[in-house]
Amino acid sequence: MPEELSYIDAVNLALAHALEEDERVLIFGEDVAVPGGVFGATRGLKERFGARVFDTPISESAILGAALGAAIMGMRPVAEIMWVDFTLVALDQLVNQAANIRYVSEGRLYAPMTVRTQQGVLAGSCAQHSQSLEAFFAHVPGLIVGLPATVADAYHMLRQAIAADDPTLIIENRGLYRSIKGELDLASPHLGIGEARVVCVGSDVTLVTWGAMVHQADLAAQKLRGDVSVEVIDLRWISPWDHKTVLDSTQKTGRLLVAHEANLQGGFGAEVVSAVSAEMWSSLKAPPKRIGLPNLRIPAAPHLQAAVMPNAESIAQVARDLMGR
Amino acid sequence: MMNSNALTPGVSEKASLAYFERMLTIRKFEERVYQLRMTGKIIGSVHLCNGQEAVSVGACAARRSDDPVFATYRGHGWAIACGADLAGLFGELMGRAGGVNGGRGGSAYFSVPKVGFYGENSIVGAGVPIANGAALAAHFQRTGRVAISVFGDGAMNQGAVHEAFNFASAMRLPIVFICENNGFAELTPIAATVAQPELYRRAEGYGMPGKRIDGNDPFEVEAAVRTALERARNGEGPTLIEAMTQRIVGHYIGDPEAYRDDAERARLKEVEPIAVMRRRLQEAGCEAQIQAVEERVEATIQAALRKAQDMPPADISKVREHVYA
Repeated sequence: MPEELSYIDAVNLALAHALEEDERVLIFGEDVAVPGGVFGATRGLKERFGARVFDTPISESAILGAALGAAIMGMRPVAEIMWVDFTLVALDQLVNQAANIRYVSEGRLYAPMTVRTQQGVLAGSCAQHSQSLEAFFAHVPGLIVGLPATVADAYHMLRQAIAADDPTLIIENRGLYRSIKGELDLASPHLGIGEARVVCVGSDVTLVTWGAMVHQADLAAQKLRGDVSVEVIDLRWISPWDHKTVLDSTQKTGRLLVAHEANLQGGFGAEVVSAVSAEMWSSLKAPPKRIGLPNLRIPAAPHLQAAVMPNAESIAQVARDLMGR
Repeated sequence: MMNSNALTPGVSEKASLAYFERMLTIRKFEERVYQLRMTGKIIGSVHLCNGQEAVSVGACAARRSDDPVFATYRGHGWAIACGADLAGLFGELMGRAGGVNGGRGGSAYFSVPKVGFYGENSIVGAGVPIANGAALAAHFQRTGRVAISVFGDGAMNQGAVHEAFNFASAMRLPIVFICENNGFAELTPIAATVAQPELYRRAEGYGMPGKRIDGNDPFEVEAAVRTALERARNGEGPTLIEAMTQRIVGHYIGDPEAYRDDAERARLKEVEPIAVMRRRLQEAGCEAQIQAVEERVEATIQAALRKAQDMPPADISKVREHVYA
């Protein structure tokens, strides 16, 4: 029988298995070793694996630089950046450094490093601990970017990131850590890097999303059942991303809606809409739509956050709009 | 007139000539690069290391051949001191297929990993945290390697460098930090941007030894680096070496050097390491040997340049390769 795990247990298990199977794997970051991570993702790993799991100073550039240097020299580091907002402190190491190594050296050097981080609005989270920044990283050739939405993906996508020979950013969502549970069947086949998952089949609207918003999209599709038939696609990886699954679905439905938690301007939804529009303009029955946070900073008070965050209800409304209902 | 006392005490004439040849090879390479840049054979920004050759030559004399070196955009000399192929370097700067990175790195951002040169870096100070990662890998792989991280005085004011010093010292990483203090942070005197210009004294604050040395004497550099390498190899952690030197050319080719006058430029040409070594060798009666070295170096540079000029341009059909594995 497959085990039932929480999302964060799946992250922990993926790290434990990676450490167990591969001597080259290192896990480090702020508070990850002795404290076991501020969210508990790395709990117990220090005790089991010793020196390969270690705490670092609060120095994001030093952490990411160390991961990059170790990766170049043949290790498989997994660095944790506690909040995606903190990657901004050390963006140089990801964008100017890690992403360039393979290309500029003509493949003589490469950086098989993984960065685990998490993002998203949670009730009361301040403006510097609640942004969804995935589009920043999708804009950087050379980086792989994934946002696991399910327990199985929390495990498998992290394992694939660690096995990948390129710098890979796994953006988790702390709202999912303990709120979802699921079965993890390690023996069952799973999707690869850059492959999307059809969450539920539908015929009227293709609803593309990723990360925590997958669950809101799924709820929206359920709400609309009998009214609008929604095909929900969990993109999973936004770089590289699965054009084919999105195009095939939109070809079938003729309507595209993209939902993400990040704000709309320059959000990754614009990329998806642009690609679909360019590819199948004449097959579209309605102009594609996007839903996300409006272009503003994020307030801390929960009722203010709720007023601007997309949710199942607002997603369902946009789907109805697409149908002209 | 023979006067062996003119040579550095304890150093043979043979060793002096060998170091003279290594430094002169770098100088002649740089002088040829200058010509190629001025005649449009090299295009783009070029930062020469004329005047700083004693640091790379001295440090690399102490280096184990597999100790990884991480340098800066003023890195041609370091690559040559590591043993990089001169034709491959000329080719790189000229955008040739046979360049060390097929023309993708250019003057300011190439690497030659097969000789342990893990690259220049065009972001000031950014290579320092990466070098820590190589030290981390050496520790876990038990290779006995020590990383060598090279940067300028300007980099001493970068946050990433502070982070990296603390990270390395806290973890007792096998690394040697070499600050090439040429007196100028790009175009601004270092003294104008720090309250304490004895930069090596910062080491104490990080709990590591710090030492200021004469960066114009390759033997003094070699001795200091050897001691630091041994200390690191013995698991005793990093050392900061501040090598006092000067560049006798602009920050980049085309820099009008408005920050110093002709008298100062003339003074620098008296104290720079190749002039000093040449004088000492002359005083020791080595005129014939000097001439032999000069002829050999000239022939080496010319042969390398001819080889590079025969290389075809980097292949446009491959420009999209190596973004990902």
